[in-house]
Amino acid sequence: MHKSLFLFIILVCIGLSGAAPSRAADDAALEQRVQRLSEELRCLVCQNQSLADSHAGLAIDLKNQVREKLKQGASEKEVIAFMTERYGDFVLYRPPVKGTTLLLWFGPGLLMVAGLIALFARLRRRASETVEPSLTIDERARAVALLEGRTPGNPRK
Amino acid sequence: MIPELGNFALVLALLLALAQGTLPLAGAARGTQSWMNLARPAAQGQFVFVAIAFGCLTYSFVTNDFSVLYVASNSNSGLPLQYRVAGVWGGHEGSLLLWVLMLSLWTMAVSVFSRHLPDDIIARVLGVLGLVSVGFLCFMLFTSNPFDRLLPAAMDGRDLNPLLQDPGMVIHPPMLYMGYVGFSVAFAFAIAALLSGRLDATWARWSRPWTTAAWMFLTLGIALGSWWAYYELGWGGWWFWDPVENASFMPWLMGTALIHSLAVTEKRGAFKSWTVLLAIFAFALSLLGTFLVRSGVLTSVHAFATDPKRGIFILAFLVVVIGGSLTLFAWRANRVGLGGQFDVVSRESFLLTNNVLLAVAAGSVLLGTLYPLFLDALNLGKLSVGPPYFETVFVPLMAPALFLMGVGPMARWKQAHVPELATRFKWAFAVAVAGGLLLPLTMGTWTPMASFGLLLAVWIVASSLTTLASRLKQTPGSGIAKWRAQSRSYYGMLLAHMGVAVFVVGVTMVKSFEAEKDVKLAPGESVELGGYTFRFDALNDVKGPNYVAVRGTFAVTQGASAVGMMYPEKRMYHVQKNAMTEAAINTRFTRDLYVSLGEPVEAGDGKAWVVRVQVKPFVDWIWGGCVLMALGGLLAVLDKRYRLATRRQSAPLPASDARLTAAS
Repeated sequence: MHKSLFLFIILVCIGLSGAAPSRAADDAALEQRVQRLSEELRCLVCQNQSLADSHAGLAIDLKNQVREKLKQGASEKEVIAFMTERYGDFVLYRPPVKGTTLLLWFGPGLLMVAGLIALFARLRRRASETVEPSLTIDERARAVALLEGRTPGNPRK
Repeated sequence: MIPELGNFALVLALLLALAQGTLPLAGAARGTQSWMNLARPAAQGQFVFVAIAFGCLTYSFVTNDFSVLYVASNSNSGLPLQYRVAGVWGGHEGSLLLWVLMLSLWTMAVSVFSRHLPDDIIARVLGVLGLVSVGFLCFMLFTSNPFDRLLPAAMDGRDLNPLLQDPGMVIHPPMLYMGYVGFSVAFAFAIAALLSGRLDATWARWSRPWTTAAWMFLTLGIALGSWWAYYELGWGGWWFWDPVENASFMPWLMGTALIHSLAVTEKRGAFKSWTVLLAIFAFALSLLGTFLVRSGVLTSVHAFATDPKRGIFILAFLVVVIGGSLTLFAWRANRVGLGGQFDVVSRESFLLTNNVLLAVAAGSVLLGTLYPLFLDALNLGKLSVGPPYFETVFVPLMAPALFLMGVGPMARWKQAHVPELATRFKWAFAVAVAGGLLLPLTMGTWTPMASFGLLLAVWIVASSLTTLASRLKQTPGSGIAKWRAQSRSYYGMLLAHMGVAVFVVGVTMVKSFEAEKDVKLAPGESVELGGYTFRFDALNDVKGPNYVAVRGTFAVTQGASAVGMMYPEKRMYHVQKNAMTEAAINTRFTRDLYVSLGEPVEAGDGKAWVVRVQVKPFVDWIWGGCVLMALGGLLAVLDKRYRLATRRQSAPLPASDARLTAAS
């Protein structure tokens, strides 16, 4: 969901830059790209904050760098590659898909598919296995008594 | 003297917990009445001694006794009284004491409100709670004693972390812990049922109100934490998928699944083993959460290695609790009957699908939270797993769950028909689609994300109202009588589901339409955002009880009309020397304005600041939704049928009870 939104914004940005819009709109689009990108990047000197959220000096510097790069025509991908080269995968809040992160990225999907298949198989098996128990005469009498609000005789212990 | 009394009270509490955790369990197994009778007095005695210990620590905080190491590390003579009291749970040791206090409080409540339960069940439930308490008391006494002395005493304390010096932080941990610990009651009922072999609908009925109550506290606790982060951390975020936040969210997801699964077990006697598993996991995740947050393992895996005593105890405790209960489960669960029959398409199935989705969601959050720790521990590199990851994973899991939430309450037990459901919901669905398509336009721009989120929210409301209407129609009587005939737990569910819808609206609107600007401003200048003009009027120095601050004065206008004055602060606390951002927030029903001071700009006359202004549409709906969910939980707990069970003194009806409920 988030990813598709991200793509959508990139597409809008590309569309805007192609149409040579006014300067103000250009700035706003750039700011939006800077904002989106810096939400994906970690402030390295903070506890656990993105560049977008942090007030720290280093975060502001890095955010300015992101802005410069984008202004020079770099793509989002290039900025991310540049940051990863300098600071490692640690700087990315969206970990790259690679050998060590396969489980991280595909684990939830696998878990969901496995869970739903298991549930469905179980439900089908169950529907054929269980037989609705019918009431014995005693139980029925007791049920009627209960429904009529009387205390049933001989409650089971 | 007082700290020693506290320490002694803890030791006595441990001894009572040992008695409570062994004899009643053995008595229930052997059928020895006198041993079982021990459970209640032991539980109540334990509560008294834990409360005394808690009182002693509070006394040490209030009287600034800096010869107690924990007080010296978490308080200061300049700290206002209310924060000295809150300081009791401001660190690792005190949080554990609060945990144990909550546990003994819940145990006490179980011992008082369980007159109608059979003796062997109550002995087992209290026994299991006693064993949990033994674990925590040992952990506290042997590795994290809050009463350890510091000799010679410190001249003054190192102060409470300024982030925690806030009213929100005073009530957030107790609420959260009430929730965490409350799941131990659900866990104890599950283990007691496994031990006794009586895993039936009555067990689910006993366990349900406790579970719902715990869930209610946890919901409020998490909401309070999120709200606190929003106004106290100064950057306007309300959830960052931080490990500390995830630690509380995982048990919540599991607990939500458990509540719904208990409904199936109570009404239909089905999926009992799954319900038991959920109860075990909800509690295990609560334990994990407590330890993750307070053990320091999150800041660095290596903190674990520097203090191996705590780490090893924690791991051992988790292994014993989870391993022990799963072994018991494996041993006992095959004796559980299948319960009532139902079709693949039925309310049971919808609830269980929701269950699977919630459990998978909890599993995914766990994976994302622990993954970087494992990778780091195995030397496979350092990684950050943050909001972009969690949002990518979470939204596809929750969207179908939210959809099913609308369908479930209308679907029949045992057997539902898709065409019939489709006919009943066609208008609700049409309204949802129309709402999803059109509502974002009122905000000026249309995005797929906003449209989808609002569609889901409108769907939940519309489908819930459709179900309510059809229920009212089926009820005999007229007017008010129809409304009164619906049970409290039904209204509880309705309210909680509406809360989810309100929450979804808040999240969608904030995510899609929030606006923010970081600008350099000097007094006299102004900035415009989202139709509002923020004029920076003045900058003053102010003096607080244990801090100094600069306070900005902002006049906010919308067009020609004045909105209000806002006063963001930047505080410097005397002792810990860190700067705190106190944001100013202007709240209206459909939006917040948020102003926070960043850093002063060095150049020029030194009066200019980097100021962050934000417009956050519908952000308060996020917490409003949570409050509605919690109120729904409260209504469900107050349902008459749980109290009916109290008055009915005869033995509960096994199996046939479930059938009668289903038939009626």
